[in-house]
Amino acid sequence: MLRVEVSRRLGEFSIEASFASEGRVTGLFGASGAGKTSLINIIAGLLRPDRGIIAIDGDVLDDTAAGLHIPPHRRRIGYVFQDARLFPHLDIRQNLDYGRRMNRLAVDPALWARVTDLLDIGSLLDRRPGKLSGGERQRVALGRALLAQPRLLLLDEPMGSLDEERKVEILPYLVRLRDEANVPMVYVSHDAGEMRQLATQVVMLRRGRVVAFGGPEVLPSAAANPAG
Amino acid sequence: MFEISPEEWTAILLSLRVAAVATLVATPLGIALAWLLARRDFWGKSVVDALVHLPLVLPPVVTGYLLLLTFGRRGLVGGWLADNFGIVFAFRWTGAALACGIMAFPLLVRPIRLSIEAVDRRLEQAAGTLGAPPWRVFLTITLPLALPGVLAGMVLGFAKAIGEFGATITFVSNIPGETQTISSAIYSLIQTPDGDRAALRLVVVSIVIALAALVGSEWFARRAGKRLHGN
Repeated sequence: MLRVEVSRRLGEFSIEASFASEGRVTGLFGASGAGKTSLINIIAGLLRPDRGIIAIDGDVLDDTAAGLHIPPHRRRIGYVFQDARLFPHLDIRQNLDYGRRMNRLAVDPALWARVTDLLDIGSLLDRRPGKLSGGERQRVALGRALLAQPRLLLLDEPMGSLDEERKVEILPYLVRLRDEANVPMVYVSHDAGEMRQLATQVVMLRRGRVVAFGGPEVLPSAAANPAG
Repeated sequence: MFEISPEEWTAILLSLRVAAVATLVATPLGIALAWLLARRDFWGKSVVDALVHLPLVLPPVVTGYLLLLTFGRRGLVGGWLADNFGIVFAFRWTGAALACGIMAFPLLVRPIRLSIEAVDRRLEQAAGTLGAPPWRVFLTITLPLALPGVLAGMVLGFAKAIGEFGATITFVSNIPGETQTISSAIYSLIQTPDGDRAALRLVVVSIVIALAALVGSEWFARRAGKRLHGN
């Protein structure tokens, strides 16, 4: 279970969000500027809350009252950024293996095979990030995060920088990830359609506040505009 | 005309040794300082920045004299080092390396700092979320991506160290075989009645060394650039 109870000022804007989600995929839904990215940066430990608590399955990662802040590299939370952020000086194999090396995990050929098959990236291993398409890059970023064996995976609009055609290419992988990877995810998007296909629970954000929480039925109907 | 005498060889090899040692010792320090200046905010940062650049703007003879006062046998640090560790800089080739290292330091630090500043911090963040503690982020992401700048800094520093004259001659004098580098040898030769030809030979040698360093660094930078841009 992911428990979030935080507040954080960011200039004129502020985030005050509380929710506790059991879902396999918790969707953070809202228009751009609703505070979605700031909120998952807080969960990842990249941004410190002014006040509040972040906990996963009872393991406390932030507790401002107790002065506790676990740095990102010790949280075991994977993060797939909108812009993939593959390391340009490493080939795809080295990118994928990076998290395992940094966490000093044993080589796990079965996991490697499962993840590279799931994401269809086995043929890219010897290439450089600069030679990949946007969709391929995003799939490698997913694989890289998974192979670090995180206990939670954060996805910040992983299809946000892709055109429609590429989105259609990526979406099935995300669905497979949800159904087969066995890692709880927090999925950020402003696209209700995407959310409906992926999220098992939805946190709706508006101007830094949680305005609705529940199953996918809290999402606006297909015709309506996303929450603003 | 192009018969290099043993004395000239001695000066050439000494120059190469002094510049190489100065560059190799200064590089890790320069990388650490460049990282601090590029990535950390701390009290007194502008003072540190100014101190690093000081040898660039001070008259070299002033830097040399300050080194003599500090690292000379009766200097504060020099006396202590000599008494406790038997390390002596004054009038030794090691002193020449120290003077060259200090004079080269600002030129070495600057490109490294710029290239570290140019490394995308979002990549460092990504490395953190993959479990890399800050020092491993530095070694596996920041430093490799800043490598062209590190090489550029090393070449600039080496070139400066090879050519250094004022601070070196002030601090360690001009002793053939111990502290007489190419520059101070040329200086001595010019003052000798029939030293023109020998001086000219050393001038040619220093031009060759400088060009070789530039071409070499260009080649390295191109290779590193290719590696970094994913091709």
